[in-house]
Amino acid sequence: MTDQALRGKPEKRTTTGSKASRHGEWVVHLVLAGAAVIMVAPFVWQLLTIFKSNREASQTPPTFLPENPTTGAFTTFFGSVPFWAQLTVSVSALVLRVIGQLAVSALAGFAFARLRFPGRRLLFGLFIAMLMVPSQLFLIGQFEIIRDFGMLDSIPALAIPGMFSAFGIFLMRQAFMSIPAGFEEAARLDGAGPLRTFWYVMLPMARPTMAALAVLTSLYSWNDLLWPLIVTPRGNNRPVTVGLAGLQGQFGTDYPTLMAGALVASLPLIVIFLVLQRQFFSGIASSGLKG
Amino acid sequence: MITDVASSPPRRRTRRRGGGLLPSPGWGYLMIAPALVGLVALYVWPFLTTFGKSFMDVPAFGPGTFTGVDNYTELLGDERFWQALRNSALYTAILLLGLPVAVVLAALIEQVSRGRAGYRVLFFLPVVTLPVAVSMVWRFIYNGDFGLLNYVLSRLGVDGQYWVADATFTIWAVGVVGIWMSLGINLIILGAGLQSIPPDLYEASALDGAGRVRQFFRITLPLLSPSLFLVTVLTVISALQMFDLIFVMLRSVNNTALADSKTIVYLFYEKAFVEFDQGYAAAIAIVLLMVIMVATLVQFRLQRRWVFYD
Repeated sequence: MTDQALRGKPEKRTTTGSKASRHGEWVVHLVLAGAAVIMVAPFVWQLLTIFKSNREASQTPPTFLPENPTTGAFTTFFGSVPFWAQLTVSVSALVLRVIGQLAVSALAGFAFARLRFPGRRLLFGLFIAMLMVPSQLFLIGQFEIIRDFGMLDSIPALAIPGMFSAFGIFLMRQAFMSIPAGFEEAARLDGAGPLRTFWYVMLPMARPTMAALAVLTSLYSWNDLLWPLIVTPRGNNRPVTVGLAGLQGQFGTDYPTLMAGALVASLPLIVIFLVLQRQFFSGIASSGLKG
Repeated sequence: MITDVASSPPRRRTRRRGGGLLPSPGWGYLMIAPALVGLVALYVWPFLTTFGKSFMDVPAFGPGTFTGVDNYTELLGDERFWQALRNSALYTAILLLGLPVAVVLAALIEQVSRGRAGYRVLFFLPVVTLPVAVSMVWRFIYNGDFGLLNYVLSRLGVDGQYWVADATFTIWAVGVVGIWMSLGINLIILGAGLQSIPPDLYEASALDGAGRVRQFFRITLPLLSPSLFLVTVLTVISALQMFDLIFVMLRSVNNTALADSKTIVYLFYEKAFVEFDQGYAAAIAIVLLMVIMVATLVQFRLQRRWVFYD
C-alpha cells in the first residue's frame, strides 16, 4: 500500500448532489459505528470485568458497571504470576527475532534482487516453496534440532526459527528490486563494492519495507503460542502467551483476574500498534504480496 | 523487471568489476549463506524428516522403525481424524462466510470522507491483541451460566446455550471469534484493493445514472475481485491451521466438548507433543499439507470463473 493510499485520497464523488451525499454519509457512519461497537464490545466488557469482584463478575443478571470498583484483580495477577519475568522473555525473544530476521532477509533479499550467481533462481524457488508449507510440518524437526543443541527452555530457542522467513526474504527482494538501478551504478562509479552499496545506498532506501517487516515479525513473535509451548517443556523462559494460557488452569473461573492478565499481556503490543499504525497497515498490505 | 532492463547496458560493459547485476558469485553466496543455512536446517530438513517419519513408528525415545503406509491407513480409519477434518472444514467455511461482511465494511470505510483512520484502528485492535487473551475474553462472554452473550440473548427472548461446552456450538462459537479477529487484516488488504480502483469509473457511471448499489456490484466488486481472491486464499490457508482458539477457549479439565471439537492442528499437537506419537503426528501434518494444497489449487482453478483481471 502506498503512503498516499494510507493517508486517504481526495473525495471522488462529483455529480451526486452534495446534500444527498452528506445525507448518505451519515447512514454510512451509522453502520460503521455499529460495527465498531460490536468489534470493541468484548474489550469494554473485559475492562469492566477487571474492576468487579469475582462474585459480581459471575452473577446473573450481570451488572454493567462495577458496583464496588476494585483493583484486586491486578493485585492477584501480579501476586501469583511471574509476569515481569515472562515479559522480559517475550521482549528478548521479540528483539532477537526481529534483528535476526531483518539481517537475514535484507542480506538474502539484496543478493537475490541485485547480484547474479549460479543457482540464484533455483535457490529462490526453493525458499518460496517453503512459503506454501504449513508451519506445523516443521515443528517436530525444529524441536529436535533445538533439543539436540541443548537449547530447550532458552530464549534463543524461542527466536531462532522465526528469524529465517521465506516471506521476509521475498519482501526484501521486492523492495530492492524496486530501487532504480541508477543509484547502484552511481555507487559503483564511486568505487563502492557490493557490501558498501548494500549498506550505504540500498539499505537506507529499503527502510519503509524493513519497518513493515519489523512490525509484522513483532506481531507474530509476540502472539506465538504453539512454538513457545513446545520448546519450554520444563517451564523456564516461558513468554507471556504461554504464561497467560497457563493462567486459566490456575485461576479457572476467577474471571476478573483472567481478564486483568489478558489486558496486561496484550497492552505492550497494542501500545506499539497505536504508535506505529502506518507500519502495521503497510506491513499487512504488503503481506498481500504473499499470494 | 524494469530494473533488469535499465541496468543491462552497464552490465555488459563492466563485466569484470564486482557489483550491480553482474555476476558476483562470491558476494551472492556470502549474503544468502545465513538464510540458506537457516532455511535448510530449520525448514527443508524438518520437512524431509517429518515426511520420513510419517512412514515410521517413532517411540518417545530412540529410533523409529519403518512401517510403510501404516500411519496413513490408521489415519484414514480413525474417526477422530475425520472429526478433526470436518471441524477444520466447518471453521474454514464459517470464516469464509465472514468475508462478505469484510467487503461491505471495507467499501463503506472508503465512502466516508472523515474518520477513516479511526475506523481502521478500531477494527484492527483484535489483530494486535494476543489471541490467547482474546480467547479468554470470549470464553467468558460465551459462558453458559453467566456469560454476556446469553444475557443479551435472554433480553431478546432467545434461549442461551453452553457455547463452548456443547460440541454442537463450539466450532461456530470459535468461528465467530475467528471472523472478529481477522476482520482488521482483511479490511486493510481489501482497502488497498479498493484504493486502486480509478475514481473516474465511478464518475462516468454516475453520469450514466448508476446508483450506489449498482456501482458496488458493477464496478467495485469486479475490480476488487483480485484482492478478494487473495483474501480468500489467505483465509482458507490460515483457517485450516487454527490452533490457539481451541487450545484456550475449550481446553479445561471438565470440558467434554473438546473431544469433539479438535481441529487438525490441535490433533497434531496432541499426538506429537502430548502423546509423543511422532509418526502418526507426522502423517497428520502431511495430510494437512495435502489438504491445503488441494484447497489452494481448487481456488486457483475457480478464480477463472469470478476473478476479473484487466
